[in-house]
Amino acid sequence: MTVVETAIVSGRIDRPVRQRGVIAAAFGLWRARIGAVIVVLLVGVAVFGPFLAPHGATEFVGPPNTNDVPGLLFGTDRLGQDVWSRFLLGGRTILVLAVVSTLIGLFVGMVIGLVAAYDRGRLDNVLMRAMDVVFAFPNLLLALVAVTTLGRRSWVIILIVAFTAVPRVARITRGAALGVVERDFIGAAEALGESRRHILGAEVLPNVAGPLLVEANLRLTYSIALIGALGFLGFGVGLNQPDWAQMINENRAALSTAPWGTLLPIFAIGLLTVGVGLIADGLGRAVAGIDRGRPS
Amino acid sequence: MSERSERTIDTASTRSERTIDTVSTQRHGAGDDGPALTIDGLRIDVTRSGEDIVDEVSLSIGAGEVLGLVGESGSGKTTVGLAVLGHSRKGASISTGRVEIGGYSMLGLSAVQLRLTRGALVSYVPQDPGTALNPALRIGKQLLEVLETHDFGGSDAARRARVDELMAEVLLPGTPQFLRRYPHQLSGGQQQRVGLAMAFACRPSVIVLDEPTTGLDVSTQAHVLDTVRGLCRTHGVAALYVTHDLAVVATLADRVAVMYAGRIVEEGPAAVLFDEPAHPYTRHLIAAVPDMTGDRGITGLPGRAPSPGHRPQGCSFAPRCEAATDECRTAFPSVQLVTIGHTVRCYHPMAPIAIREDLRPMARTIDPGADAALTLRGVSASYSGQTVVHDVNLHVGRGECLALVGESGSGKTTVSRSVGGLHREWTGEILMGSIALARSARDRPVEQRLRIQYVFQNPYSSLNPRRTIGESVGRPLVVGGSSSADARRLVGEMLERVSLTAAYAERYPDQLSGGERQRAAIARALVSKPEVLVCDEVTSALDVLVQAAIVDLLADLQSDLGLAMLFVTHNLPLVRSIADRTAVMADGRIVEVGPTEAVLTRPEQEYTRRLLADTPQINETHPAMTVPTGLHDDPALTVPAVAVPELDV
Amino acid sequence: MGIAKFVVRRLLLGVLTLFIVSIVVFALTQALGDPVRAILGREAQPESVLAKREELGLTRPVLTQYWNWLTGLVTGDPGTSFTNGVPVLDVLGDRIWNSLFLMAISAAVSIPISIAVGTFAAARRDKAFDSASSAGSLVLASMPEFVTGLLLIVLLATNVWQIFPAVVRIRPSEPPWVQPSALVLPVLTLTLGVIPYVSRVMRASMIEVLESDYIEMARLKGLPERTVVWRHALPNAIGPALQVIAINIAYLAGGVIVVENIFNYPGIGLALRDAVTDVNVPVVQFIAMLIAAIYVIVNLLADVGTILVTPRLRTGLR
Repeated sequence: MTVVETAIVSGRIDRPVRQRGVIAAAFGLWRARIGAVIVVLLVGVAVFGPFLAPHGATEFVGPPNTNDVPGLLFGTDRLGQDVWSRFLLGGRTILVLAVVSTLIGLFVGMVIGLVAAYDRGRLDNVLMRAMDVVFAFPNLLLALVAVTTLGRRSWVIILIVAFTAVPRVARITRGAALGVVERDFIGAAEALGESRRHILGAEVLPNVAGPLLVEANLRLTYSIALIGALGFLGFGVGLNQPDWAQMINENRAALSTAPWGTLLPIFAIGLLTVGVGLIADGLGRAVAGIDRGRPS
Repeated sequence: MSERSERTIDTASTRSERTIDTVSTQRHGAGDDGPALTIDGLRIDVTRSGEDIVDEVSLSIGAGEVLGLVGESGSGKTTVGLAVLGHSRKGASISTGRVEIGGYSMLGLSAVQLRLTRGALVSYVPQDPGTALNPALRIGKQLLEVLETHDFGGSDAARRARVDELMAEVLLPGTPQFLRRYPHQLSGGQQQRVGLAMAFACRPSVIVLDEPTTGLDVSTQAHVLDTVRGLCRTHGVAALYVTHDLAVVATLADRVAVMYAGRIVEEGPAAVLFDEPAHPYTRHLIAAVPDMTGDRGITGLPGRAPSPGHRPQGCSFAPRCEAATDECRTAFPSVQLVTIGHTVRCYHPMAPIAIREDLRPMARTIDPGADAALTLRGVSASYSGQTVVHDVNLHVGRGECLALVGESGSGKTTVSRSVGGLHREWTGEILMGSIALARSARDRPVEQRLRIQYVFQNPYSSLNPRRTIGESVGRPLVVGGSSSADARRLVGEMLERVSLTAAYAERYPDQLSGGERQRAAIARALVSKPEVLVCDEVTSALDVLVQAAIVDLLADLQSDLGLAMLFVTHNLPLVRSIADRTAVMADGRIVEVGPTEAVLTRPEQEYTRRLLADTPQINETHPAMTVPTGLHDDPALTVPAVAVPELDV
Repeated sequence: MGIAKFVVRRLLLGVLTLFIVSIVVFALTQALGDPVRAILGREAQPESVLAKREELGLTRPVLTQYWNWLTGLVTGDPGTSFTNGVPVLDVLGDRIWNSLFLMAISAAVSIPISIAVGTFAAARRDKAFDSASSAGSLVLASMPEFVTGLLLIVLLATNVWQIFPAVVRIRPSEPPWVQPSALVLPVLTLTLGVIPYVSRVMRASMIEVLESDYIEMARLKGLPERTVVWRHALPNAIGPALQVIAINIAYLAGGVIVVENIFNYPGIGLALRDAVTDVNVPVVQFIAMLIAAIYVIVNLLADVGTILVTPRLRTGLR
């Protein structure tokens, strides 16, 4: 039986120190659980929706902007297409784009943050100043600027969204890594002459996994929001492709009379971002709780 | 005094007969109404589980008297200290008992009443002055604040005069410019003296000091202790001095109470207690404190104190006590009188314990002709261009231990880090045998790196929390090219060697205590069979019993393996137990070098002499009020406080 | 005079940042892609492409184009619109003020509310108000502004209740306060985007300060709770919060883009969308630089403010 020591540090009573993993701890909180349920549901809709759509995306099924057309759940949109089908088909784009761009941004930002934290010298300065420059810009604006001339292509959107994620990820990673890099076990590794890559990858990275996970989640929320905003403004990928954000834009005019074309995607995007946000919140609390549970 | 110096409020009844309805700024004189502070049967629990943190604590302190409350981490001493102010940390609550100051009960008071007493009737000096002073307020303001809140003096002019008075008492300049400083513009010693001034400001009856000299240099510490002693005597203030440092207690306290696992196990006059300790735990504690006169070595004690909820039935010390019998394991011993004023809670007081009588290190024959294992020639080191180490020349013979002693800022850690290849900005030569070492560890060939190993100060940060002990300890072997099977075997052997079992290899660092982690760190350093071992303040973050055990272990390993060891520390008495030779450093230079015995008993340099004089010694109970040696007030020598991480209650 | 030197240094840093931003903006719009192809489409005839290029002044070497543009920006002549040849400033003119007005009102409303909410939540930690505001903040912070805005429209303008107008019918030349009821929803949307962040950081900052050793010490000195909170805690809590407040004010500059498009508010956000659709490069570039400048200035003010509020940094400069 392993001995679990309750350390009394400076009169503060600490909880038993060996904790279950961050993920397990996070999902012990009801907020995160609700978030998880929501996300799973919506991701399910986005992924499996296309297989369940009763009609095609551009199939004409009835008079435009009519609510009660027999056989249709939510009526037609401005082009007479089935709102429900387009809704089921429209989740993939936003999800795929968001996930891919977040992953790219995460990876690049993580590397930059780790290198900067370890260097703590001139390279650190340069990298962080560069990040500051990107910070000097609202993300949506950058995306719009990029889309102006380069067009509304998937790769443009993915790269630009990833680009906006990089500085914040780098900042968070660097912040978390700074605390780790000063610790003596890094010194011990250096004394052994371990390569920089090994130290960053095997020694530092596992110790910043917590905050990084939280940040990854947050970034996903913002990526979805950004791609959604682009779509809403009319700059999503592909014309008339079923896409939740674009649907909002397309059907707005009929909001008072035939709201479902707008409402379904609004709820979907809103719930999705909130769900991911709840998970991020749960993770954040779990990470903070675990860090505080350690003796100095 | 104007009529505004007394304040009256309506009160609900409290447990004792006298209620707090006036808190006057008149002190209770010595002998007035009995002891200044009485604690009786105090019990404090963990709020959530009801487990006791401290129990059956009873003490009393007279006016002008200093009582040292001694214990290691987990003993509950800080919790008791806070309870004197009617305060408990988050998660703890005072459940029964009496705490009375001059007859007023401190427990069961309303928030308003409590506020009136704090600062005026009883005050607190915390451990870390750096965090206890508000960084956004000037120190003059923070001093005045205490006086204003308790309406001391009745007028602004009187209060300002009092501030000047206080600054003079703690030997700080009372100039307006100084008072306008912010806390971060003061050195650690100065910050602590401001803390003392704040505590004594309203002339309280009782003052609780919680390790106020942790992290201060020895000379600053000497001065702070003198100030405390002087202020208590002059103003008749009763002081409860909470600490783990027995040497400090020996020099400062009139009486001592020893705590173990939440209970007071022995209490008595300092001279008597140190001379003839009754409780086995006290005896072990004293045996573990390094003794500078060299009459004895230090002895550790394996195991650790039980935490709340894990305390056994019967005497909590029984599991570790060699004199324990069945009687000890059934019920906690009651209070017994040893002599007048000296009580103990033990079924076998004065039982002999096994301590090391011989002195370490044994005289070793070191071959003078052979190449020194480690040589430093003309080494100067700097940080970003600023030179901090000047022209250091040292050597460590094979199988020899050289202690490198100095206060914070002396450069000793810089030297040791340069040797280990962790600090790159140095010039000169560092030789291992006859081979010159490259500056950075990464530039050194693998075999070289494995032949010189490093043990860090902080056991809580020297092991990767996400790796098992086995992985961390075995890493040097993997780097050196061993197979994983070999590595596993060698790791197991090494863990046994440092008195951990091979099973520890599967555990994670946060499952180990500080002492165990340090042992693991030592195992990691030795697993590749190095020739040179650099130990950087490896016991500073550990309790005294653990420290003794670790030093013991290191000394054993060193002689068994024939290691050359560079032992860096600021704890001067400690070097006696491990070092053949000692080098003293100050301001980046080597001040004195020689056989340990000679340096400690017949120092040649003035600096060494002063350092020795300022170091509190455990066999010097109550020296005459010595004038501090003046190292600390030289503005050129004020250094910012060093935060020595200390696990403590 | 440490502070003055610091301010100057930060200013120079800000200018450098804007310079780099200008390079990025220019690269994305004129150097990396071809505006002419974007305007005319991929099947355009080579002759029309060339003609268009001449017309828009895109035949000169890239660096010259950049230089001309940059100097124009600094001297107050950010070029002419691609679509109708009118100078950019004339096209945007009043819209800039409209947007600034919207931002200002939103900041003035949201910041004080946020500070109050955050402080109150910290003081009544883990009680009803705190939990409720925390949950609310979480939801609001996660949702994109266009979702918030549209939900507000659905709730208050079109489908559930019809209290406020869904669209703003103000001509660019009119001052925006001509139709106050029309401003409510846009301001509300922006405010709801700011409150979650600023109130949370204010709460966190306050809580951390209230748990610190020197606050415990203040209580152990016997100071009344009000003094503890206002004189000891607050000055230490504001510093960290300032940075976030600044970021959020700057965020408003970006937030207006979406909000103006939701509510048809005649500001630069609306103009930007049209400009992007039309590939009206000079307009896009100018709006981008304008917003970037706002960001930089606000962040500079925040940095200076933080220094002034934190004595340790202030004295460290001398």
